[in-house]
Amino acid sequence: METAVDESIRKHVRVYVTVFIALMALTLITVTLSTLHLATPVAIVVALCIAGIKASLVAAYFMHLISEKKVIVAALTLTVVLFLVLMVLPVSHFADRGL
Amino acid sequence: MEIPYTVEPRPDTGLYNAKLGIWLFLASEVMLFGALFSSYVLLRVGATTWPHGYEHLNIPLATVNTVVLITSSVTMVMSWASLAMKNIRRYRLYMGATIALACVFLVIKGFEYAAKFEHGLYPSASTFMAIYFTLTGLHGLHIVGGVIVNSYLLGPGSRMWKTDPARFTNRVEVAGLYWHFVDLVWIFLFPVLYLL
Repeated sequence: METAVDESIRKHVRVYVTVFIALMALTLITVTLSTLHLATPVAIVVALCIAGIKASLVAAYFMHLISEKKVIVAALTLTVVLFLVLMVLPVSHFADRGL
Repeated sequence: MEIPYTVEPRPDTGLYNAKLGIWLFLASEVMLFGALFSSYVLLRVGATTWPHGYEHLNIPLATVNTVVLITSSVTMVMSWASLAMKNIRRYRLYMGATIALACVFLVIKGFEYAAKFEHGLYPSASTFMAIYFTLTGLHGLHIVGGVIVNSYLLGPGSRMWKTDPARFTNRVEVAGLYWHFVDLVWIFLFPVLYLL
């Protein structure tokens, strides 16, 4: 029984190492792209997409969200919706004024 | 009286209580940082000009700090995995490394702040510097909080390993969830403030 638990944790550890390498690679890509000084809208979209992927990797594997209980996923889904409302509010304010 | 559901899952949630508790706390943290990110967007969209982060901030130092913080997230999760494999010695090693990396992050941030102050770049210097210091300052406080909790779990708190190892492992998991969240916030702060 104990060896089965150990084996499962060892599998986890292999995943952690893979995720770590992916996070390092994505960090390198973000910094390299920033030196190209792309047009601001493009740079924002690209940088936020890469940050989103990195954040998803951390949440899914380091925080074990990928195998977490429904009650947590439900609470976080609500949080994400409210977070997106917060992000859209300032933009919609200026869109309303036609700026 | 015993605190209920510190190890065994509560039948209705399927979780031990501390895990549900930390996730609800982290949800509130998302809204705290969300409010500040929202303020950043408002200030930036409303400004006639906005400086590029790389004009004022030190990207190499921030890149090193990104690597440091991501590495500390790995050592944190490895400290939990070590406990799950009943290896307290390896736990101490990884937890010690996590705390050390957090301190490295704070020292580097200290150098960055000092360099800004030397050039007269205080929060009052511009809207950009104001939001930069607010966001990184609040994040830095979260790092300090993590160092305090992790140091307790490495030091006096680790006595629980002898009396109640399953509960101690859960405590480390919960502290880890908080720590990964702090890493996650930095993953967004780094491009938003420094690279865009």
